[in-house]
Amino acid sequence: MNNQTTITRRDFLKLSGASALALTALPAFDGQALAGFLGSEQAANQMGILIDTTKCVGCRQCQAACNLRNNLPPLPEKILPNQTFPAQLSATAFTNVQFFQTGGAEDAPVFTTIKRQCMHCLEPACAAVCPVGAIVKTPLGPVTYDAEKCLGCRYCMAACPFNIPKFEWDSANPRIRKCDMCADRIAAGELPACVQACPTGALEFGPRKELIAQAQARIGKNPDKYVPYIYGLSAVGGTSVMYLAAVPFDQLGLNVNLPDSAVPELTLQVMDKIPAIAITVALLAGGVAWWRGRKTRAGEPESSIEDAEH
Amino acid sequence: MFEQSLEFFTEGLTLAGMVLFRLVLPLAFMFGVGWVLWRFFAPEAVPQVKGARPESFGAFITRVRELPNLRVPVLSSGQVLALFIAIMLWIGATGFLIARFFWGLETASAMSDAMPWGLWIAFKLSFVACAAGGFTFAAIVYVFRLEKYRPIVRTAILTGLIGYTVFIVSLLIDLGRWYNIWHPIVMWNPHSVMFEIAWCVMLYTTVLYAEFSPALFERLGWKRMQKIMHVITVPLVIAGVVLSTLHQSSLGSLYLIQFTKLDPLFWSPLIPVFFFVSAVAAGLALMMVVPCINARAFHCENKQELIATLAKPAAIVLGVYFTLLVGDMLVRGELRTLMAPSAMSALWWVQVLFGIILPMALLFTPQAKSEPRVRYVAAGLVIGGVILERFNVALFGFSEYLGSLNTTYVPSFGEWVITLALIAGAVAVYVAAVKLLPVLPQPRHELAAKPVKSC
Repeated sequence: MNNQTTITRRDFLKLSGASALALTALPAFDGQALAGFLGSEQAANQMGILIDTTKCVGCRQCQAACNLRNNLPPLPEKILPNQTFPAQLSATAFTNVQFFQTGGAEDAPVFTTIKRQCMHCLEPACAAVCPVGAIVKTPLGPVTYDAEKCLGCRYCMAACPFNIPKFEWDSANPRIRKCDMCADRIAAGELPACVQACPTGALEFGPRKELIAQAQARIGKNPDKYVPYIYGLSAVGGTSVMYLAAVPFDQLGLNVNLPDSAVPELTLQVMDKIPAIAITVALLAGGVAWWRGRKTRAGEPESSIEDAEH
Repeated sequence: MFEQSLEFFTEGLTLAGMVLFRLVLPLAFMFGVGWVLWRFFAPEAVPQVKGARPESFGAFITRVRELPNLRVPVLSSGQVLALFIAIMLWIGATGFLIARFFWGLETASAMSDAMPWGLWIAFKLSFVACAAGGFTFAAIVYVFRLEKYRPIVRTAILTGLIGYTVFIVSLLIDLGRWYNIWHPIVMWNPHSVMFEIAWCVMLYTTVLYAEFSPALFERLGWKRMQKIMHVITVPLVIAGVVLSTLHQSSLGSLYLIQFTKLDPLFWSPLIPVFFFVSAVAAGLALMMVVPCINARAFHCENKQELIATLAKPAAIVLGVYFTLLVGDMLVRGELRTLMAPSAMSALWWVQVLFGIILPMALLFTPQAKSEPRVRYVAAGLVIGGVILERFNVALFGFSEYLGSLNTTYVPSFGEWVITLALIAGAVAVYVAAVKLLPVLPQPRHELAAKPVKSC
């Protein structure tokens, strides 16, 4: 006890100043890797779905096909007209056709229908946050989920800016459930089930750059019909599922306040600094321990560290 | 017929494999490690005649049981009431846990697709923040070598150890596919904050147990293990400091990506820094209270003069925290939101006024040195403030977002019962550890006869 020096305030200030300086000087990569992928040819060639809400008649055949393909409970025989059913996406509904009144009078409302599903972001937040890589963005385009890896931490649900991943709250072995763009069908050269079922051509499947070109052509041909935006072109860095509409997208329940930068970048900026922070803290702590312990080593009797003062 | 028997065979093989890998191997590993420890390190404790057989397991157990102070205490009426409440909580929690593990999370919790993280997460964040005393005091004593704090370092490490153990237990309850909790060890996604937290918590819990193990070895009289621990303590503590710095802040980073959902008053790019600084404050504050509770409950030496020296450092940490919080508000231009009356701004002001400014003022007064009561009030406010901050970020800050989805989240009865049962369990483990192991500044049997100082 008596052989120990006490740390002076000046020592302490010196140390904290040094550590603060070291922390600001840390290297960071600022998500450069992400930005590189978003503009790349690979991203442009990934498969996607263009949903033209002006062509959608709200027949729900896409929903029925989706439920069939994914072994989900089938739609009931009778559904009230002009109503979203089921009202929300869930573990048993990966897609639904949502009805929004966008015009007409009280007694004769006009509805716009929009098919909602996983957006299959180019840089998905869900895949970035998954601790075990159970959710991945496959090279073909779909964002897929592997229940065998999953822990059920539900961070993907918390992180998704579109609230897409759903959870089996009533199961002892719960899975995350969401649209996987029929990844197995795409790999086999087939269309996703919903696209194949659509009778009006409101759903278009193809490489993302071709879909974008087509969407721009449609807007260019009918500037009076469409609002001049493609939803999903740049939101959260771009998504594989994109929308065209005749009314502003916020009237169709889509979040128009999302940033154009990829969502995971926010976290990556911090994660990239972690090795540097770890090394800095370790070196600082080691240095202080060595420096403060030098007297003990210089021949003075060492008090046993583990013997608490009993 | 053949196909059926083949199917039966493969199913049997799978079952056997599951039993082997999930039950037999872990148990064999546990017992194997225990056996090695006992076989090679226990014999040193008893005087040995050369060539004599090593101590038998039965003799070992008898020796441990005959160590001083392992007797059943006589309970006061208050203790009986506390025990009754705890047992009721544990019975209730067992019921909810059975339902949760057999019929899914919805049977025990009010979490939903809109609010996938609920009370349990807020509770976990609060618990780990308060457990920061473990790494703070380990660093103070073993890195900065401020030897005067050595008498309370074991208490601090024990609070950390229990905090992290409860964190992991509550994680097992919260995880949907809890049996896959080991997956981050082999399945890597280094970009994920959750992955980093999984590794850090796993490693740091091991470090905490190792840091605390000298108390166990001292009790058992295992001299060789004590020597080994003596050599590796400083590297262990440094590893603990690094791991704590990383994951205490990363628990805040979890919320960076939720910027579309979390209220802008509580979402900030600096949230990892806030979480780290406030955890240090909570750890210091907890260690201003716990030694006094120890003195009252276990009749050990009251280290008031030592605790008093913590007042100023704690106040400085609070000052740093306050400066960061307000500076961040100024830079982000949220001051106007703060002035507008709303539930969120009220929560922010309560946290800052009563959780930071008031205790900081109290701890800077000269009375904080002389009056234990001032310190307890301040420390209680700090801990309450940090818990409120965690709840703001994890629960309350999502209310507006939930409102936009026409839904709401109120923790269910089951969530509360399980949470409170875990807290009761943490206290019980703490009491048991303090009674069984040399944790406190002075063994209580030496002081038992002396009158208890009031705190």
